[in-house]
Amino acid sequence: MAEMVSLTIDGLKIHAPAGTTILEAATDANIYIPHLCSNEELAPYGACRLCMVEITQGERARLVASCIFEVADGLEVKTNTERVLNVRRLVIELLLARNNKHPALRKIADELGVKETRFPIEQKGCILCGQCVRTCREVVGVSAIGFSGRGITRKVATPFMESPPDCIACGSCVYVCPVQFIPMKEENGVRTIMKYDYPMQKCRKCGQYFAPKKQLEYFSKITNLPLEHFETCVDCR
Amino acid sequence: MKKVKTAQELKSLQEEIKNSRDPEKPCITICAGTGCLTYGSQKLVDNFRSEIEKQNLKGKVEVRASGCHGFCERGPLVVINPQNIFYQRVGLDDAEEIIKETVLNGQIIDRLLYVDPVTQEKILHEDEIPFYKRQMRLVFGMNGNIDPNSLEDYLAIGGYNALIKVLNGMEPEAIIEEIKTAGLRGRGGGGFSMGLKWEATRKAPGLPKYIICNADEGDPGAYMDRSLLEGNPYSILEGMLIGAYAIGSDTGYIYVRNEYPLAVKNITIAVEKARELGILGKDILGSGFDFDVLIVRGGGAFVCGEETALIASIEGRSGEPRAKYVFPSERGLYNKPTNINNVETWANVPLIINKGAEWYRSIGTENSKGTKIFALVGKINNTGLVEVPMGITLREIVYDIGGGIPKGRKFKAVQVGGPSGGCIPESHLDLQVDFDALSKVGSMMGSGGMIVMDDRTCMVDVALYFLKFLEEESCGKCTPCREGVHQMRLILERITEGNGKEEDLKTIEWMGKAIIDGSLCGLGGTAPNPVLSTLRYFRDEYEAHIKEKRCPAGVCKALITYTIDPELCTGCMVCAKICPVEAATGEKKEVHTIDQDKCIKCGACFESCKFDAVKVS
Repeated sequence: MAEMVSLTIDGLKIHAPAGTTILEAATDANIYIPHLCSNEELAPYGACRLCMVEITQGERARLVASCIFEVADGLEVKTNTERVLNVRRLVIELLLARNNKHPALRKIADELGVKETRFPIEQKGCILCGQCVRTCREVVGVSAIGFSGRGITRKVATPFMESPPDCIACGSCVYVCPVQFIPMKEENGVRTIMKYDYPMQKCRKCGQYFAPKKQLEYFSKITNLPLEHFETCVDCR
Repeated sequence: MKKVKTAQELKSLQEEIKNSRDPEKPCITICAGTGCLTYGSQKLVDNFRSEIEKQNLKGKVEVRASGCHGFCERGPLVVINPQNIFYQRVGLDDAEEIIKETVLNGQIIDRLLYVDPVTQEKILHEDEIPFYKRQMRLVFGMNGNIDPNSLEDYLAIGGYNALIKVLNGMEPEAIIEEIKTAGLRGRGGGGFSMGLKWEATRKAPGLPKYIICNADEGDPGAYMDRSLLEGNPYSILEGMLIGAYAIGSDTGYIYVRNEYPLAVKNITIAVEKARELGILGKDILGSGFDFDVLIVRGGGAFVCGEETALIASIEGRSGEPRAKYVFPSERGLYNKPTNINNVETWANVPLIINKGAEWYRSIGTENSKGTKIFALVGKINNTGLVEVPMGITLREIVYDIGGGIPKGRKFKAVQVGGPSGGCIPESHLDLQVDFDALSKVGSMMGSGGMIVMDDRTCMVDVALYFLKFLEEESCGKCTPCREGVHQMRLILERITEGNGKEEDLKTIEWMGKAIIDGSLCGLGGTAPNPVLSTLRYFRDEYEAHIKEKRCPAGVCKALITYTIDPELCTGCMVCAKICPVEAATGEKKEVHTIDQDKCIKCGACFESCKFDAVKVS
């Protein structure tokens, strides 16, 4: 059992296990902090900067990313100061310039009283939260995609902008994307993610397409079980 | 070189080298730092060497290719000792004459002497030149006395004395206390106490512990770290050895950008020679202390100078910073306690150990001790590296050392602290330069870049330049830095193009604060500084661009026109000849005109007109 620490968030005294982040502790206490790049299945990252909160430790007040900063005894956290809100408003306006349509972003903008971004709309779609890249690396374990470029030219990309050899077509990147930017479809036994095609496997029993072949090969590899073992769909097993 | 096994053996070797050298023997030192090398000084070194052969002077006259002397503006530099005669702008073919006249006959070659631009007086000795006279070259001054590839040279000037002292019975805690008492603060930008960082790393649980020398110098115009690594790599190693011993580390890294080939070469040679001598490796000088250094070359991303990005890069990951809520002293390289300091900071360590914390404390201001090397560049007569005591005024640096502004133009501002530093106006010229004073006026020490600007500099354009740099160098991980700096740059660009809007200034001020507050690392956290500081001191210039669509300094192309004053034009045809697009035309001895449709506003006519007939409005 982890040691418990006590802290205040927006004046509310709460207890949380040491080692949890402010964001986790706040969520458990039903205090809402907006966030886009944080995901409990992934290591703390701190890129979107929406979850900034103001903390006071001793004399000093400063802003920290609540998805990374860990709770500590006597910590005072404020989630809604003017300084905090200014950062969030800037961040959401900047993200709206990349994607001003998605309901998830519009919702956060509404909460912050931001009606429209003052910046020219570049409509890139992807907000670079990195959840896809990190999921592929940390959860799936293949690192089929990554980031390319630097600064404003940064984008989620496949190695050398070619069909990614390590992709198992599992679609995790698609499911995890908070703005549904990565397209995926299945047609005639082929799954297409981004613009790359992956053949599907037919179930040995019912004959229905049910999973990408590369994903099953990957399962076979990491479990050391024969491929045939995976070539029957879950329903028929 | 034979391996030394004890401190005593090293000391004897030092003595042996010192005694074998005759201080009265003529020595020709040629600056072979990157600056002078680009003037061709390697050829000069070769010429001196072959001339010595030719004249049968081998063994009688020393020729030394040294690291950077700092006065890059006047290179190639040659110093002749023991007389300390200083020759500047030396021609590549002057070797023969210098040996015959000066070295052998004691005759001074007049044309190679430095002329004080103020008094027009010719100056004979290096230490009498105003550029050097007002400096305090404690760290950088040794460059001129050693060949960076010669460990013997370093030993001859008392090199590794501090290491001997430390291994001869200074407890690690006492070393840390000494550095803390000295008040040495990080020279790479943060300005954090080096002693406290050492202490934290020593006390942090976990082994091994690592130390890192951050040589990923990337500020435009700043090159003091490069020049130290190139010119005196052994002093950096000595500093690192002492730090490693105090911290309890057995592995050090030097992270140096690959764009610094000479620095990479010289530090690599220095490490190899130190290993040969037994100063790096196992059981150093019989003390039981093991330490070795690895050199890691960086790919040139500016953000890799940020310590967590640098660590990521050493680990083989892409150079992206992480949140520093847990300091590298606790969890750094490979999640182990790690101490990172910049080149110049490491170079200060032997000095403090040798001369003592009290001596070191006597230099500088209350909270900033010792000296700082600045890269003095821009619109200044004496471009170069200057090492000055903390607390010297900007005016002394700009006018006494820097020799003022060229062509008699007016000083406008000095940009201190690298791309995310701030522009300091004339009203603050008497500011006593130290860490705190610089932050107070909206600038920062940074790594010590100092870019001087004259009245023909547009401050909006300057802010735009730095913002563009930072936009390109942002790693792109966090939103405020990646998108915020980008959007800010677009707004500034609009302003310089005459499309600024009234609300723009409010917007960039608001953005600036939020970017500083919201960014993940120091790059984004300081990126708005050039904009905010120019806005603070030169708001009227921004307003002129926005409201009057006018660039007061006559720089922003969209807002200026070049015309020729018929009263002043003599019809000399210089502008017509120099104009690359044939916009400036006219007959000989007739008044010339500029075709505005053709003009690309390059300013060549303006620069070349001897009669000030070309006007910019």
